[in-house]
Amino acid sequence: MMVIGLAHYLAVAAILFTIGVFGIFVNRKNIIVILMSVELMLLAVNINLVAFSVYLGNVTGQIFAMFVLTVAAAEAAVGLAILVTFFRNRGDIAVDDAAMMKG
Amino acid sequence: MTFSANLALAIPELILAIGALSLLVAGAFAPAQTRMVGWASVLVLLGATVATATQPFGVAFSGGLISDAAATFAKVAIYLASAVVIPLAQPWFERRGVKVFEFPILVLLAALGMGMMVSAGDLISLYIGIELQSLALYVLAAMHRDNAKASEAGLKYFVLGALSSGLLLYGASLIYGFAGSTHFSEIAQAAGAPENTGLLFGLVFLICGIAFKVSAAPFHMWTPDVYEGAPTPIVALFAAAPKLAAMVLFARVLGDGFATAADQWQQILVIMAMASVAVGAFAGLVQSNLKRLWAYSSIANIGYAVLGLSSGTTEGAQAMLMFMVLYMIDVTGFFACLAALSRGGRSMETLQDMAGLIKERPAIALAMTVFALSALGLPPFSGFFGKYYVFKAALDAGLWGPAVFGLVGSVVAAFYYLKLIKVMWFDPSPGATDKPPVEANTIALTSALFAFPVVIVALHSLDMLAERAARALGLA
Repeated sequence: MMVIGLAHYLAVAAILFTIGVFGIFVNRKNIIVILMSVELMLLAVNINLVAFSVYLGNVTGQIFAMFVLTVAAAEAAVGLAILVTFFRNRGDIAVDDAAMMKG
Repeated sequence: MTFSANLALAIPELILAIGALSLLVAGAFAPAQTRMVGWASVLVLLGATVATATQPFGVAFSGGLISDAAATFAKVAIYLASAVVIPLAQPWFERRGVKVFEFPILVLLAALGMGMMVSAGDLISLYIGIELQSLALYVLAAMHRDNAKASEAGLKYFVLGALSSGLLLYGASLIYGFAGSTHFSEIAQAAGAPENTGLLFGLVFLICGIAFKVSAAPFHMWTPDVYEGAPTPIVALFAAAPKLAAMVLFARVLGDGFATAADQWQQILVIMAMASVAVGAFAGLVQSNLKRLWAYSSIANIGYAVLGLSSGTTEGAQAMLMFMVLYMIDVTGFFACLAALSRGGRSMETLQDMAGLIKERPAIALAMTVFALSALGLPPFSGFFGKYYVFKAALDAGLWGPAVFGLVGSVVAAFYYLKLIKVMWFDPSPGATDKPPVEANTIALTSALFAFPVVIVALHSLDMLAERAARALGLA
């Protein structure tokens, strides 16, 4: 039977984090998807923190994860609020529309 | 250490937090009193400044909050720079029909976050400080709700800011994992060990995250768009205090946490500094919007600050602090000039709008000339002294190549600063400008007076304070 150790958790977190980063850059459709990608990145960090916390037998990582969760909620609220003002001005939330300023 | 002794070291933060929350309640009950809330916020910030200046030094909350000379130096500058923005921005918003009492409260919360950043002694308090600052600034960028450009700026700032927080946090989690602690002092011990690849991996992510916040190349792409779209007086805040906060945080992480790995991060910082100077100098050449132009100028200037830091010495940290404080005053003044100018009720933002300004508004045109010459680094203006400190620190640390590169970069950038001066002084004016509002005018002219000649008098005491602050940062 395979034992699931620290390395496995770190690998999952690294993959999730990469998916999150790519979700921000590659996605050309919808800004909501960008918000989801940001959440994915933060969750990857949380997996890292909790895995390290268990591995080190040290509770700081879990406390850090709590803070990250709280801030992620606040961040989502602020992000959606800004998205609403953007939608009101444009009537659309496509990524390609956010290109009034270039240069 | 007792709980009250801990709280005693956090008095400036407490003043800001309690002040912001009670003003929020007060504003909710009397939403028409926006000016009152604004002035009360200025008082809260001044109170926090006094509390900071008279505070004892020490470490509170088991290493989470550090109160030392560096934190005090940076906090005083940050709180004052934030306080200036409130009277500058509030009338500006009112003239555009945005009358919201939340604006000064968001500035207070941003200042609280920046204060936490500069006194962070732990990865958790670092993260909380950065997020508190960033979340308030995202909202401030999009404050002008009916303006399509402002909401786009807010959105871009948010997305890239969230990405940078993610990078920073991933780095923090790796550092925690490989060092076994989130305290900078314990990270420093782990960083001294020979096998610390995982820790360095985390450090690289952390540096990328902070580089986003200070808008150093190659993580600068949000800056021009956000500066152009965000309301002008808010840009006066963006360009000054958060940059200093992030630079001090940068110095503290590297000095307290990774002083033993200096060889490794020095290379990254040197490359970042040179890239920033190059991007700022060359991309600025083709800009016609002044807010965009000054965004590139700020990227180049952050390059010089990073160059000072990359020397890895106390002298370098002192150069960085001096440079940042002098730059903050310049850039606040410049954006105050832009906030003061309008023609027929329309903001003047492009290079062509400034044509013949010396005949229309001689005082403001003169102030902008001072700021342009100062950003260019011409003696005897304040920008020259900042650059002088940076280049001296870089040369003393043996960074000849990067210093020469920085000098060449500032020669290239001279083109756009001189072009602005030429347009203002010698081109024919397209028409009369509106009377500048008193508060923006006052702030612009006061900053210009500081850039020259007050700086000559203030330089000595500033030098002493910056030196004391730099010693506290733990760089050898």
